[in-house]
Amino acid sequence: MTRARALDIAVIAALATMPYWMAAIGGYTELASRIVVMGLAAMSLNFLLGYTGILSFGHAAYFGLGGYGAAMAIKYFGWGTLPAMALGIVVATLAAAVIGALIARRRGVYFAMVTIAFGQVFYFIALRWNQVTGGDDGLTGWRRVPIDFGFAKLKIEQNDKAFYYFALVVFIICVAAMARLIASPLGRSLIAIRENERRARFLGLAIDSRVWLSFVISCFFVSVAGTLYALLNNFIDPRALHYNLSGNLVIMAVMGGMRSFWGPLFGAAIFVALQDYLSSHTDNWMFLIGLVFVLVVRFFPRGLVGVLSRGSAA
Amino acid sequence: MTQLILFNVFNGLIVGAFYALMALGLSLILNLSGVINFAHGGFLALGAYFAYALIPYVGFWGALVLSPILTGVVGLVVERLLIRPLYGRDPLYGLLLTFGLAYMLEDGVKYVWGPQSLPFEAPTWLMSSLSNDYFFLTGYRLFMILIVVVAVAGLFGVLGYTRLGMRIRAGTRDLETVSTLGVNTRLLRSLNFGLGVYFAGLAGVLAAGQLGLEPTIGDGLIMPSFVAIIVGGLGSLVGTLFGGLLIGVVSGLTTVFWPAASEAVIYVMMGLVLLLRPRGLLGEEGRIV
Repeated sequence: MTRARALDIAVIAALATMPYWMAAIGGYTELASRIVVMGLAAMSLNFLLGYTGILSFGHAAYFGLGGYGAAMAIKYFGWGTLPAMALGIVVATLAAAVIGALIARRRGVYFAMVTIAFGQVFYFIALRWNQVTGGDDGLTGWRRVPIDFGFAKLKIEQNDKAFYYFALVVFIICVAAMARLIASPLGRSLIAIRENERRARFLGLAIDSRVWLSFVISCFFVSVAGTLYALLNNFIDPRALHYNLSGNLVIMAVMGGMRSFWGPLFGAAIFVALQDYLSSHTDNWMFLIGLVFVLVVRFFPRGLVGVLSRGSAA
Repeated sequence: MTQLILFNVFNGLIVGAFYALMALGLSLILNLSGVINFAHGGFLALGAYFAYALIPYVGFWGALVLSPILTGVVGLVVERLLIRPLYGRDPLYGLLLTFGLAYMLEDGVKYVWGPQSLPFEAPTWLMSSLSNDYFFLTGYRLFMILIVVVAVAGLFGVLGYTRLGMRIRAGTRDLETVSTLGVNTRLLRSLNFGLGVYFAGLAGVLAAGQLGLEPTIGDGLIMPSFVAIIVGGLGSLVGTLFGGLLIGVVSGLTTVFWPAASEAVIYVMMGLVLLLRPRGLLGEEGRIV
């Protein structure tokens, strides 16, 4: 068994038992669910950031679109949980495909700027289209519904733990899919683009279309996380689309370590737990979160995983 | 109807002038240092609150002069301590750091001056309306436009006709060569950063008199400034200025016909520009990064 495989198993085992040891360290099941959901979002972002080397600062848009899509399908169409999630994911992925086509040729800091700015379109639509989206107050008056598999019913609507395990199964499916994609020829070509775009171009890779594809895949997975986020809270509001959330996702990925597969999950766990702790202890938690950004960039630019692996190598 | 349209176009022009002031500062920093200063909105708020704190001592006019300078000095310190080590690194880090800084500035302002909005007094003789038919033409607004014109003319004067400006322009093209020619490029980038932040501070003082003073004052202005840069064309300061005014007016006009879309419209416009003219309206050929 390789070390990487051992780590995979350890992470999955820790996640599978999280609701049972969370309380012992002062957490609660909903916090565990939030870690899984934000972990999925950060890992999705990292598919683009860490494995293609392209910085998107607008991923909240697709996260929130997924959430709004699922919430509206339940509220207005009375759909079940799974079809509602599917709708949210389709809508968000289509939006990513269109916007991705407009920006796939930009690079670096310019790409980041354009992704943030485009993300704000959806924020303002959600904010201003009151009758449909609930505006600033968010979309309320709906609840997640039990999932009926025919032979069994999964009661995610009342049982926190049931929802946690539902989210975890979705998480594992998505993460496994991303791992397969990264190991595939497509994934290898994305890493080639990250390492040396010019050389990859000379080797005959169609760079722009691959960057586009990577962006869309990444947004697809982040929208899955968005649907789970809406279901978790039985609520969604425009802040789920705001660029502040995009920035938080990027810092999760960087803080955990964007060059490692599980890094963003660790980053998300730390960030979510920290935010939860700080916001219940001080009004000025935003200042401290900002300080975390600054400290991570100045002192741990390679993230937690970077620090740990340097420690073990020495 | 004509009056309504004129009113909103004029409003748009005012807001566009804020966007342009913000975006010019952002552009200066982006062009020379390759850093997107996400904290620009935070610096704007800082400028506004500095003015609020200074007015009892030096009056409105004194604050108008001093507060942007103070903000620029804070910018210099921030550049020296936090931004400088990031030059030459992945642009991701500059963006993340200034993003965190934006959180800190906003929350810091909230902590010191409170989260509620504060009264901001511009001289009363400036606040009265100049014309009954065109009630929106207050003295303050005309005065604001005047200040913006003077500031922008000053900036272009400095860039065009002084040694410092020449070096900034040259550094934007090729910093390495400028450095080889014996210019202290570290100092150049610092001064340039301070200058950019100065413009955020100036926009802050003016915005406080117009939009009211609250800690989130910069939030609504930062994104449109990005759009102004992209629409105007990366690398072109004239483009940035033009882009800012243009999106302000377009947003104002949209308010007449479809108020709910007045914010989203500028992003649609940005999409169109990227589709039809990727380098931006006045962007230079070959400067697409």
